[in-house]
Amino acid sequence: MAIIIVDNKSYTVDEKQNLLAACLGHGLNVPYFCWHPAMGSVGACRQCAVKQFKDDRDQTGRLVMSCMTPATNGARISIDDPESKAFRASVIEWLMVNHPHDCPVCDEGGECHLQDMTVMTGHVYRRSRFPKRTHRNQDLGPFIRHEMNRCIQCYRCVRYYRDYAGGRDLNVFGSHDALYFGREQDGTLENEFSGNLVEICPTGVFTDKTFFHHYTRKWDLQSAQSICPHCSLGCNTTASERYGTLRRVTNRFNSQVNGYFLCDRGRFGYEYVNSDKRIKQVLIRPEGDRAKPAQPEVVPQALALAGDRLRQARGIVGIGSPRASLEANVALRSLVGPQQFYQGIDERERQLLSTILNILRTGPVPSASIHDAEQADAVLVLGPDLLNEAPRLALALLQSIRQQPMERVDELKIPQWDEAAVRNALQNRRGPLFLAGYQRTWFHAYATDSYFAAPDDVARLGFAVAGTIGQVAPSVPDLSREAKELTQRIAEALTHAQRPLIIAGTSGGSQATIEAAANVAWALHRQGKQPRLSFVLPEANSAGLALLGGGTLHDAFDSISQGKADTVIVLENDLYRRADQATVDAFFDKARTVIVIDSLEHPTAARADVLLPAATGPESDGTFVNQEGRAQRFYQVYIPQGAIAESWRWLKDLAHAQSAQTESGAGVAAWNTFDDAVSATATAAPELARVGEIAPPASFRLVGQKLPRQSERYSGRTSLLSHLTMHEPPPPVDHDSPLGFTMEGYRGSLPSPLISQFWAPGWNSIQAVNTYQDEVGGPLRDEMPGVRLLKPAVSNAPAWFTAIPRAFQPASQQWLLLPLSAVFGSDELSGRAPAIAERIVQPFLSLHPSDGARLGLEECSAIDLAWQGATYSLAVRFEPSTPVGTAGLSLVPEVSGVRVPAWINLFEAIKSEGKRRAA
Amino acid sequence: MTVIRYIRDLLLGLWVVFKRTFTTPVTVQYPEERPYLPPRWRGRIVLTRDPDGAERCVACHLCSAACPVDCIALQAADNPEAHERRYPEFFRINFSRCIYCGMCEEACPTNAIQLIPDFEQGEYARRNLVYEKEDLLISGTGKYHDYNFYRVAGVRTLDKDKGQGANELPPVDVRSLMP
Repeated sequence: MAIIIVDNKSYTVDEKQNLLAACLGHGLNVPYFCWHPAMGSVGACRQCAVKQFKDDRDQTGRLVMSCMTPATNGARISIDDPESKAFRASVIEWLMVNHPHDCPVCDEGGECHLQDMTVMTGHVYRRSRFPKRTHRNQDLGPFIRHEMNRCIQCYRCVRYYRDYAGGRDLNVFGSHDALYFGREQDGTLENEFSGNLVEICPTGVFTDKTFFHHYTRKWDLQSAQSICPHCSLGCNTTASERYGTLRRVTNRFNSQVNGYFLCDRGRFGYEYVNSDKRIKQVLIRPEGDRAKPAQPEVVPQALALAGDRLRQARGIVGIGSPRASLEANVALRSLVGPQQFYQGIDERERQLLSTILNILRTGPVPSASIHDAEQADAVLVLGPDLLNEAPRLALALLQSIRQQPMERVDELKIPQWDEAAVRNALQNRRGPLFLAGYQRTWFHAYATDSYFAAPDDVARLGFAVAGTIGQVAPSVPDLSREAKELTQRIAEALTHAQRPLIIAGTSGGSQATIEAAANVAWALHRQGKQPRLSFVLPEANSAGLALLGGGTLHDAFDSISQGKADTVIVLENDLYRRADQATVDAFFDKARTVIVIDSLEHPTAARADVLLPAATGPESDGTFVNQEGRAQRFYQVYIPQGAIAESWRWLKDLAHAQSAQTESGAGVAAWNTFDDAVSATATAAPELARVGEIAPPASFRLVGQKLPRQSERYSGRTSLLSHLTMHEPPPPVDHDSPLGFTMEGYRGSLPSPLISQFWAPGWNSIQAVNTYQDEVGGPLRDEMPGVRLLKPAVSNAPAWFTAIPRAFQPASQQWLLLPLSAVFGSDELSGRAPAIAERIVQPFLSLHPSDGARLGLEECSAIDLAWQGATYSLAVRFEPSTPVGTAGLSLVPEVSGVRVPAWINLFEAIKSEGKRRAA
Repeated sequence: MTVIRYIRDLLLGLWVVFKRTFTTPVTVQYPEERPYLPPRWRGRIVLTRDPDGAERCVACHLCSAACPVDCIALQAADNPEAHERRYPEFFRINFSRCIYCGMCEEACPTNAIQLIPDFEQGEYARRNLVYEKEDLLISGTGKYHDYNFYRVAGVRTLDKDKGQGANELPPVDVRSLMP
């Protein structure tokens, strides 16, 4: 700790910081542009100048850039010094010489860092009368709009895009005062994290294109915390609404999870909520003839029908969902009973999930948060293609490869925030990152070593690494020489690290890779390291559902086919994505009544006798458990229109309808508010006991007041509804959370889940998050980053996994068909967003060139693949990284029903070679 | 004595009445006779057009933010035909709430929203005081005749490419290395 003196007041700061971060941490307003808490300082913009004095007798002082000056003990600086003020005002004035007169039509207006800084420095009138420089814009794809005129040359975009996110297709061009930040030519920004440019850019050069089409100013948005439903990482987002539609999703800082950044799937995938394929009314088939279209019905009648059917049922099967909230799943389990509650996932997935949970429960190694992953100094990935399955984790790993070379930076006594010097010291040194899998992406360019093999071989590599590290762990005898050498290198790198991280996942369908990852982590733990494990799971609440337990989807199918039950309730689940069509068809045909609760039209919803419109994530309160076992709360941002209601409320209504009583009852029927749902969830499974602690209950008040979802400047209160009614109805009352659907309520420091948007006086942009932290970049004040439900066991002697698979042998007629996840398209919900849909590639089959030759195929040819009772049109891609004897199938919406991995006879399955496509 | 005081007061009052009979009355025979209202009088709100006849409003939401009674609601929409040009998809003013303070006009960066000297807005039904964009939009420029926001803004519109606005240089050629 150091003491610095700012304008004759002393402040205690961390001496590892620079003066700018230290001042901002104490709420002192120093304007800045090029500095970013996650990206360090380069001193490019000269905006953060302050005056530094030698000692208390020094009256002259000298101007220093506060972002480039360490906060040494006893440093005396002045922010208010007239000369430094004049300097900062001049810098802004120079920047504004060419800044266009655009604010009214600029999407950044009202949340613009440049506006804030201009106001902060007091630059009011433009004195320059010379003409302004202009630039041509580029079309950067469906996510980002480009308006180069507004650029102030702070270099943040290229520093983020190239240095932080590993992108290659954005750069700075030109020279002197005519710099151009863009692509070499028009085209879609390829990086999976390009959306963060919207928040990184201090002005309106890069803005959100999806938001542009239904634009609203930041102050007019009604916002609340949301948890991204598009992968298992559980990134925190702020979802915002106006006039009953979801307008945008922005990043929400959570020091333990996503920090300052999101991936594009999470940021731009939100528009499924506004989709015209939303189920908006209750639909029923009273005669039970599923060939006829379902008819709209009013809610009481539909519930009466459902109640009748439930009462007459010989047995009810409840099928839960890994994309529904924990509370909705518990509600279903309560309605149908634990014996009839099925997880709605197939046997293999359930097996993998329970293995993972057991590893985290019984093993000594804890799971890693994304923050932990950023701090890891050696990483081994066994299987998952992070960039496509859990993109934010891949971004974290891009930071982790800097951890080990940082020792050199510390040796040279370079402060870690001094980004230019750090890069100079690091040169091309990268920490160990080993990627084993079967799909190549650009991410492999950052790996120390890449290993492309079938899942069994990847598992063998993992087991071999564990055996080499631990000696006590079982080893793999018959390894190829190449794999043996790689094993040695990996083992050496992991044992030299202090905080190694081992990542595995469910996507390859391989139990062995998961067990191998556990063996490696446990072996490292025995060596006295602090290893972490991270498992990439299929969906947002997969871990929560697995903690809840329940049978598999096929148990549910059996229950119906064996006649134990004749009525099905499907909760937010498209069964056609999880089992083959014939099986699901047979299942629905056999069931007398099918009740479906979901938000988007899909084949399962089309089979429903009673279809109830469910609220999506931003329209409901709920809890997700992410892949590390962290339970996090998301809040209702707005009340959905019409009959749409939260799933657990539908289940409560069904429970009432079943018992034909309107009040009281037991189980879910007794739930009245969301708090009831939470307390029922906390008792549903022993490990869920702390679910109530993740966020304040609905009764939480500050100074006796609820907390507003709307900003202080929320406009149009008296005319929003005046075209419908002159009576200005009162805002809806929220009984489920401490938040209100109004602009009234307590304003001040809040527990982090209850913050609607980051804003502070003078800080209208997302940079306002600095004012919510005690130390810039550190946790928020009153942060509630979620609760980790799984605690590692203290035992030091785990039971090693010994089921080492045999080496993968290519078959003569059969190929192992493996799933290739796609960041855009593999997720069910985000694929329904128009902007994401534009980025979904055509389905393709990836083959090793030698396999392609064996099959007599040519690169880029079009084939029809008949398999599992359906025919898919695919393009053929030759990929040398695809292991021989396997084939990769891209999981995009067109092939969503495919069950992979599985063995396939491609000689038979490829029906016809269609017209050859132009390469 | 009392009687004399009563008579005196009576005569005094009658004298005042008599005197007023010959002065000019202050009553204006509205609506036959109309008072003079200066051009900057703050009455009914209109949305004006720029000198080229296009809508001036760019849907920047500043008027709605400035409105102390929150009686303005609008939604921005883009026009794919006109590049970056924005316009309000709907623009609603609830005049039953409006206090004619003129803050919206003051906030407007494009001179689109203007208060005009018309106060005759009496209605029997309050719902008739809700004005939509078609009720608000006039065909003229209102009080400010020459201003066209898009001529001075840097964005591209249908009739103006980059560099063709007022006081703008032609677009930079990034491939040039000339100093």
